Amino acid sequence: MSNLLSRLLGRTRKGSGATAKDRLRFVLQHDRINLPPERMEEMKREILAVIVKYLVVDQDRVEIDLEQRDRTHSKLTAEIPVAIHTPTAAKKAVENTVAAADSAGANGANNGADADSAEAEADSKPDEAEPAKDEKTDARGDDQEEADQKS
Amino acid sequence: MGGKVVTISSGKGGVGKTTATANLGISLASLGKKVVVIDADIGLRNLDVIMGLENRIVYDLVDIVEGRSKLRQAMIKHKKFDDLFLIPAAQTRDKMAVSPEDMVKLTDELREDFDYVLIDSPAGIERGFRNALEPADEVLIVTNPEVSAVRDADRIIGLIEAADKGPGKLIINRLKSDMVKKGEMLSSEDVFDILGLAIIGIIPEDELVLSASNSGVPVTLNMQSKAGMAFNNVARRVIGEDVPFMNLDENPGIFQRLVGLLNGR
Repeated sequence: MSNLLSRLLGRTRKGSGATAKDRLRFVLQHDRINLPPERMEEMKREILAVIVKYLVVDQDRVEIDLEQRDRTHSKLTAEIPVAIHTPTAAKKAVENTVAAADSAGANGANNGADADSAEAEADSKPDEAEPAKDEKTDARGDDQEEADQKS
Repeated sequence: MGGKVVTISSGKGGVGKTTATANLGISLASLGKKVVVIDADIGLRNLDVIMGLENRIVYDLVDIVEGRSKLRQAMIKHKKFDDLFLIPAAQTRDKMAVSPEDMVKLTDELREDFDYVLIDSPAGIERGFRNALEPADEVLIVTNPEVSAVRDADRIIGLIEAADKGPGKLIINRLKSDMVKKGEMLSSEDVFDILGLAIIGIIPEDELVLSASNSGVPVTLNMQSKAGMAFNNVARRVIGEDVPFMNLDENPGIFQRLVGLLNGR
């Protein structure tokens, strides 16, 4: 009855038992490797900051996760989509980069790593995007305009 | 090497370690085994009252360890079972009065005369837990289907494995099957998924457990109690019997009752 009532009132369809299980999984994952969630996020940001120095990364699709088969086997997996070296891909990556830079700016640019990485990506662009070289070289402003027009 | 030392542990307090120890002791004795139960919770003695033996205590664990009492002098025979004994914890000392080595020495002596030595571990992960863990051949971990109890269980499971005493087995205590059915409580399957340990017992929530501790007569002696039956099943699994898990539905149908009867439950 109370169950029905809570459904009518539009409370969670999933019972609190399932919530308990999810929360336990999360907390035990971090307990077992002795790395609290916030430190883990910090680590992910640092990993990404290193990678974007060398590669163009689709930041929206990055997934770095801790997988746990059991108590003694934990595995850190990372799926980091990287832009391919074609003119269109490069162009697209530049747009992403600009978008990422924008969002970093929107966050008050409090994270130095993010800002740096966006720059690294933008700088790497000219070599990869041959046909667009003239326009793109030393042209973060142009990129910015391009992205703005698109949006 | 004789008898087997089984430590009952949990990490978190209040999940039912002492209740489980008392009931397993009684059940094992009723199955014809020679059993001694040790209260290793020095300073917070409780197994004696749960078993209804509190007014027979003369000596305690620390007296044995420090040589003031002979082992046999400190062992209290149960009222109902001639082959069930309690070694009570000291009430006025602390855990540092006993060392893991003391416990190994004591249990090695007891193994010679008993089939099972059950150790009721204190809560926590410090000295008292170490004392209870060191002599163990097998560890049973009591937990409740509830986040903090499961989290703490996970912590001590890690410590048990690190001490090469694993894998332990789980007793899931105080399960409310009606709440599980509504999705408002972790199920035994959920707990198994999370902790990854074999389950040796699922004990339903049962008001008779409180009545039993009120009167000092462990619930497994009450044939009306589902929790009592479940504890009895744990004891049978401990001695190696293959006992199916009982149906914990509040109102079992006639068919399930028949099956239960046929299985001797």
